[in-house]
Amino acid sequence: MALQSLDIAKRSATTTEPPHARKTIEVAKLIDVSKCIGCKACQVACMQWNDLRDEVGSCGGTYANPTDMTDQSWTVMRYAEVESEERGLEWLIRKDGCMHCEDPGCLKACPAPGAIIKYANGIVDFHQENCIGCGYCVTGCPFNVPRISKKDSKAYKCTLCSDRVAVGLEPACVKVCPTGSISFGSKEDMKELAEERVAELQERGFKNAGLYDPAGVGGTHVMYVLNHADKPSLYSGLPNDPTIAPTVSLWKGFTKPLAMAGIAAAALGGLFHYVMKGPNEVSKEVEAEVEKELEAEK
Amino acid sequence: MIRDPSDLQRYNASERANHWVVGICFILLALSGLALFHPALFPLAGLFGGGVWTRILHPFVGVVMMLFFVVMFFRFKHLNQMTQTDWEWVKRAKEMVDGDDHNMPEMGKYNGGQKLLFWFLGAAMLVLFASGIVIWRAYFSAYFPIGVIRTGALLHAAFAALMIIAIIVHVYAAIWVRGTIRAMLYGTVTRAWAKQHHRAWYRQVTGK
Repeated sequence: MALQSLDIAKRSATTTEPPHARKTIEVAKLIDVSKCIGCKACQVACMQWNDLRDEVGSCGGTYANPTDMTDQSWTVMRYAEVESEERGLEWLIRKDGCMHCEDPGCLKACPAPGAIIKYANGIVDFHQENCIGCGYCVTGCPFNVPRISKKDSKAYKCTLCSDRVAVGLEPACVKVCPTGSISFGSKEDMKELAEERVAELQERGFKNAGLYDPAGVGGTHVMYVLNHADKPSLYSGLPNDPTIAPTVSLWKGFTKPLAMAGIAAAALGGLFHYVMKGPNEVSKEVEAEVEKELEAEK
Repeated sequence: MIRDPSDLQRYNASERANHWVVGICFILLALSGLALFHPALFPLAGLFGGGVWTRILHPFVGVVMMLFFVVMFFRFKHLNQMTQTDWEWVKRAKEMVDGDDHNMPEMGKYNGGQKLLFWFLGAAMLVLFASGIVIWRAYFSAYFPIGVIRTGALLHAAFAALMIIAIIVHVYAAIWVRGTIRAMLYGTVTRAWAKQHHRAWYRQVTGK
């Protein structure tokens, strides 16, 4: 069930207005990768708060453990070793997880009413009791975030601790981060905080430091401070310019009304053709001819 | 059971059964597919036991349809080769739809419209089957890159809509041309029907 049931901004596969009598401020989580030490406390806190236990996996050659997000691991630290002439070897660590897009591709693609909810505060939440397990959210997501469980075929991802936020607490990962790399608050405040930090980083020689709040998806409610904001893809493939794919927009946009209109036109066209032109019956003339032919045969 | 010995056999029992398996699959697929296509039609999922069951069943029904369609396709392929006369018929189809079929060229077992529908359905089934495999999350999607899955989802929806429209035309044509549906129900048509609508076929089977 939706916890903040009066502040719903968008509801999947719903063409009417969702309940949104209440106004709330937009929230955001700010992840400052330049402060992150890759300790994975956020991963542990996420598992603990959400009561999830992933299987013990294998090593993929980096510190990432597990190597990818799963239905049990909603956030994963990714470690990229990047070499450049200017800076030599850099270890770029990024906490990966749902970005909570302002314009969520998963919600746009989802065919099940109420399986994906976007709250007025910006959190995009999956409601597994309405999920039908089709995986369209995976198809729609520009960040490759949702994971379908092998056990129950439901889609899972970071909830931005919507249950904690609903009662005025910060997400578990924010609570536990030992370096203060993760902050949580109003989106406005987080942008201000980011601005200060970006200025600091630029002063220290990271001239391309900046905020990752990609406009292609209307901005996100999880933002990064990147020391190389000009090349987000350095951070284990963070998309440079994420948008909802044009194929998905077409599939979930124009195709729907066009197809419905076409199908209705065909059905109504048939009915009215029948009513206005009448049935195509065998003519009396041909019937008489055939009759005569049969007579002649006898 | 033949009531009138002068009636002409248009389809044998096996052809009819084949057609109805495909037809039933199509209806199930259209209803379940539309449920997943447009939010306004999601309640159709109730016919299949809810959203989850709709998602589970739809692709399996699709596989059954494809199998039987392939059999039907090769059964009728040789009868659906377009000829010059068929194109002539297609050019004049508007006159017939308007209510005057006096200038329509003589048609064999199938007219130009039926033949074009046949080839369109063949192409649509191929696209729907291929794209359906790609977007079948439970078993196959993991083997395809995301761009292919997205294109697959779009093609699947677009061709399904076109196919539904084509089948509405197909069914309406059978209703409009009186005396046609019995051919698919019990296999026979009257001689007069054949002479009226498929004169070349009529000559061929009766020798007149």
